[in-house]
Amino acid sequence: MIDLIKDIESRFETSDYIQKLDHLAFITVEKEQAIALVTYLRDYRKYTDLTLLTAVDWLEDGVFQLTYLLNNPTDLTEIGVRVMIDRENATMESAHHLWENMMTYQRELREMFGIDFPGSPRLEEPFILEGWDDLPPYRRDFKTKEYAEKTYFPRPGRQSNDPATYMKSKMYPND
Amino acid sequence: MNKHKFEDLDVDKFLAPENEKRSVVAPDGSTVEIDPLKDYFCQDRPEVLKPKSAPVEKFLNWARAESLWVLGFGTGCGSIEIPPLVTPRFDMFRYGVQMRPTPRQSNVFIISGYLAVKTLKRVIRTYEQMPSPKYIMALGSCTINGGMYYDSYNTINRLDAYLPVDVYVAGCMPRPEALLAGFAKLKELIKAGKAEKANEYAENFDWYKANQKKIIKDWNMPDYNW
Repeated sequence: MIDLIKDIESRFETSDYIQKLDHLAFITVEKEQAIALVTYLRDYRKYTDLTLLTAVDWLEDGVFQLTYLLNNPTDLTEIGVRVMIDRENATMESAHHLWENMMTYQRELREMFGIDFPGSPRLEEPFILEGWDDLPPYRRDFKTKEYAEKTYFPRPGRQSNDPATYMKSKMYPND
Repeated sequence: MNKHKFEDLDVDKFLAPENEKRSVVAPDGSTVEIDPLKDYFCQDRPEVLKPKSAPVEKFLNWARAESLWVLGFGTGCGSIEIPPLVTPRFDMFRYGVQMRPTPRQSNVFIISGYLAVKTLKRVIRTYEQMPSPKYIMALGSCTINGGMYYDSYNTINRLDAYLPVDVYVAGCMPRPEALLAGFAKLKELIKAGKAEKANEYAENFDWYKANQKKIIKDWNMPDYNW
């Protein structure tokens, strides 16, 4: 895979190359060049399968990390193309023209993280949540427990124990 | 009997295309205005099923208890506990319990585990299409107090705020034996004439509807889907 990485590094502005396994590597690329790199991998380097597109919310750094995970069915290697985008007004170029299933991933990210992909088809349609009117729930500043308590009538009298201390007190009461 | 007013509902925002008002040309050439929400659904509120005289009611309850027909509708992880009930090992058919494919043929609705808001909307539609007398059996701690999903943004915490529950089967998940015990308990309740939750739903209809509408924000169906 190292030849491929060198080739990518000579063509695109990349950083943070990580070889996780023999057949799995991750590379971070500038936002403007991300779709160009993904297209290059698909059309010239046989990474023809989109395994997934996913996002991570780095709240402290104020960025979303998008990962385009691509699979090469001929030599069974995988490469993850990582892109950092701003959390404020998060927008990313749409790649629905490259793979048909990209549209679904982009709909999901739009609903769960609030990342916009202008031009992606059926983006406004609800994906899992219907009629959601709060912060996108996968954002880390969305307080899911507070939301559940406010919305879903918690039954009074519910108790929670820390499993480690509770089992210790049950099994070794003398310690 | 109060007729429900569809004019009060703000359904336009979420209305599905097939439910929009439209005009259709009939075979004889005349145009017919169709408003699916008024024309395709019954607008009556649910009615309380009044008990008959004591001996008749006793006989009816015996008959109801001995033929529990379960709707094949799985909502959460608990739906995987139902297939073993049909197999020879547990064999629920010996208790007169069997699965049915449509809500029109069934009278027991098993809510098997956690319930997402999106599923709850389908569950309410399905439950209301079942003919009375009907019973709800709620499996697992998720339907009782939220279980391990108590802090989830998208699953309800307690089922009895939205639908009337006759029998709870506790556990996470309950084994098929526990389900059989639940059926036995339900039979007991029915024979004693205590499984009257469908009537309770009809009596407190407004309270249940208010709770349901509080969390189902894209309400785009009639209030009662009979």
